[in-house]
Amino acid sequence: MVFTRFLALLNTRNKEFLRDRSSLGWNILMPVLIVAGFSFAFSGDIGKQFKVGVINQNLASSVSQKFMQLKHIEFYQVDDFERAVSKVERHQVDMLLDAEKQQYWINTESPSGYLVEKVLLGVDNSGFHKQSVSGKQIRYIDWVIPGILSMNMMFSALFGVGFVIVRYRKNGMLKRLKATPISAFEYLSAQIVSRMILIMLVTAFVFYATNYFVGFVMNGSYASLFLVFALGALSMISLGLVIAARITSEEAAGGLLNLFSWPMMFFSGVWFSLEGAAPLMQAIAEVFPLTHVTAAARAIMIDGAGLIDVGYHITVLLSQSIVFLLFGSWYFRWD
Amino acid sequence: MTEILLEVKNLVKHYPSVKAVNGIDIALPAGICFGLLGPNGAGKTTTIEILEGIVAATSGDILYKSDVPGDRFRKEAGIMFQSTALQDYITVRETLQMFARFYPKNANIDELVKRCNLTEYLDQDNRALSGGQRQRLLLAIALVNDPDIIFLDEPTTGLDPQARRNFWDLINDIKADGKTIILTTHYMDEAYTLCDEIAIMDHGRIIAHGTPKELLAAHFNDVVLQLPATAVEGFDMSSLNAHSRDDHIEITTCDVNQVIASLIKSNVSLAQLQIRSRTLDDLFLELTGKELRM
Repeated sequence: MVFTRFLALLNTRNKEFLRDRSSLGWNILMPVLIVAGFSFAFSGDIGKQFKVGVINQNLASSVSQKFMQLKHIEFYQVDDFERAVSKVERHQVDMLLDAEKQQYWINTESPSGYLVEKVLLGVDNSGFHKQSVSGKQIRYIDWVIPGILSMNMMFSALFGVGFVIVRYRKNGMLKRLKATPISAFEYLSAQIVSRMILIMLVTAFVFYATNYFVGFVMNGSYASLFLVFALGALSMISLGLVIAARITSEEAAGGLLNLFSWPMMFFSGVWFSLEGAAPLMQAIAEVFPLTHVTAAARAIMIDGAGLIDVGYHITVLLSQSIVFLLFGSWYFRWD
Repeated sequence: MTEILLEVKNLVKHYPSVKAVNGIDIALPAGICFGLLGPNGAGKTTTIEILEGIVAATSGDILYKSDVPGDRFRKEAGIMFQSTALQDYITVRETLQMFARFYPKNANIDELVKRCNLTEYLDQDNRALSGGQRQRLLLAIALVNDPDIIFLDEPTTGLDPQARRNFWDLINDIKADGKTIILTTHYMDEAYTLCDEIAIMDHGRIIAHGTPKELLAAHFNDVVLQLPATAVEGFDMSSLNAHSRDDHIEITTCDVNQVIASLIKSNVSLAQLQIRSRTLDDLFLELTGKELRM
């Protein structure tokens, strides 16, 4: 790779993006608007449904079963006890119930927990044993922010690289570049690095802007979060390269990019937790890079997780990046 | 002996449904302007794109400076495609700087800008360039690496007559530097003015090759008399080699005096009579049976 050629491409691509005010504006404005919208929409807990995690659901006692048949309370099977208790502490789950031992955990500072407890005791007030936990509430906005940042990154990566490459191929710009000494590797590297720099800058700006206006939880390390977002950006840009490797029509590219981005947006745990979702949906979500960026960023921001804690997600993102990059570079055609 | 810069032997390009290039041979001496002419679909753009290294040939050999074209060729070739988009939001200066950095050897950018008459547009966004300015920028990009060989694929298509003439001046200027140029064009006057050698292609083959003067001399020894069609209405032209073209009648003959005498005898008005030598347009029509500007 000749570095001056790489830098020339990188420099020009950065200028092109930064001078395209409408595109840049939407990249920054869209996530801020989404966060502001959610912050407003969920400020009053409108339409809230109570949520109870259940341990040993299959072995539930008759009294527990009676409680679990109540309407307007969402019950879900708990596999990870520690995590479930942590959710009660953060007000993300109103109660944790051991259906077999008739034991329950509530957050003494949670009004919803208090109400669910009263309902439980209304069913039977003699057979349940109370365990109290405490902790600061994690609002929906705190929970959804990592997903929105990741989702914005996904759109910028897929459309910002994939769509641009297809446009250049269609209008003959790639053909012109093919006639110069630059290699496909130099060209693709410049596209990837340019988009990564821009995604990280825009994400940092959106992070601080939304935090300034809404204020959200950040319990982990900024360096860890940076690494996760950088890997997430790399994997999704690489996916964009794969999609755009040969397509010559912007319409086809738009359709294909939507085919990837929309399912990712809805089934990667950005808007709602995948816990309790159908196994097939969870298996599909596992394939999406957005699932892993969101989960890792959420763990860092909310749980204060370290890199080792999110090692699985990092490994998946890194593996996906390598596979997508190798395949995309091999499959790439100038014209 | 003049050095052969580019040599093409039995070049073939077959697509599933069409034989675009069907066995052509070219030996291109250094320092000439070589014109590749042909109607739409003749195979000239495919040929030039194979020579440029953009399209792979089905078979045949190409030698650049006696070697298979590779990295050296890409560094020493300047290419101007028929249509190329330029990056939006980037200025003329930045575009030239970017392309210059792709090459180890560069032309003097200031001189190039002056030569291509781009000085006053240097800080203008590519999107704001007119057709002529854009073509001059694309030519400047093709020259940015001070190339030894330059490919110009229909460089003046779509330009107004004045812009076309200006572009010819530029190409003549480049020729004067001793550069080798391969030019495809639809315009016979352009080929006649600029090219030292031409090859006429049809159906993927070269059907005539030589200097414009050689080709004309080889195919014609007559001249053409032109009269408005209205001037000969009602007159019997069967004894003359006459045919209609657009809104006039053309009579080809080796004996001008005899034809004029015959017309006078028939009381045809000669007020708008024009006599011209044979042109490449005529040659093209003769060889391919097609009008060139389609």
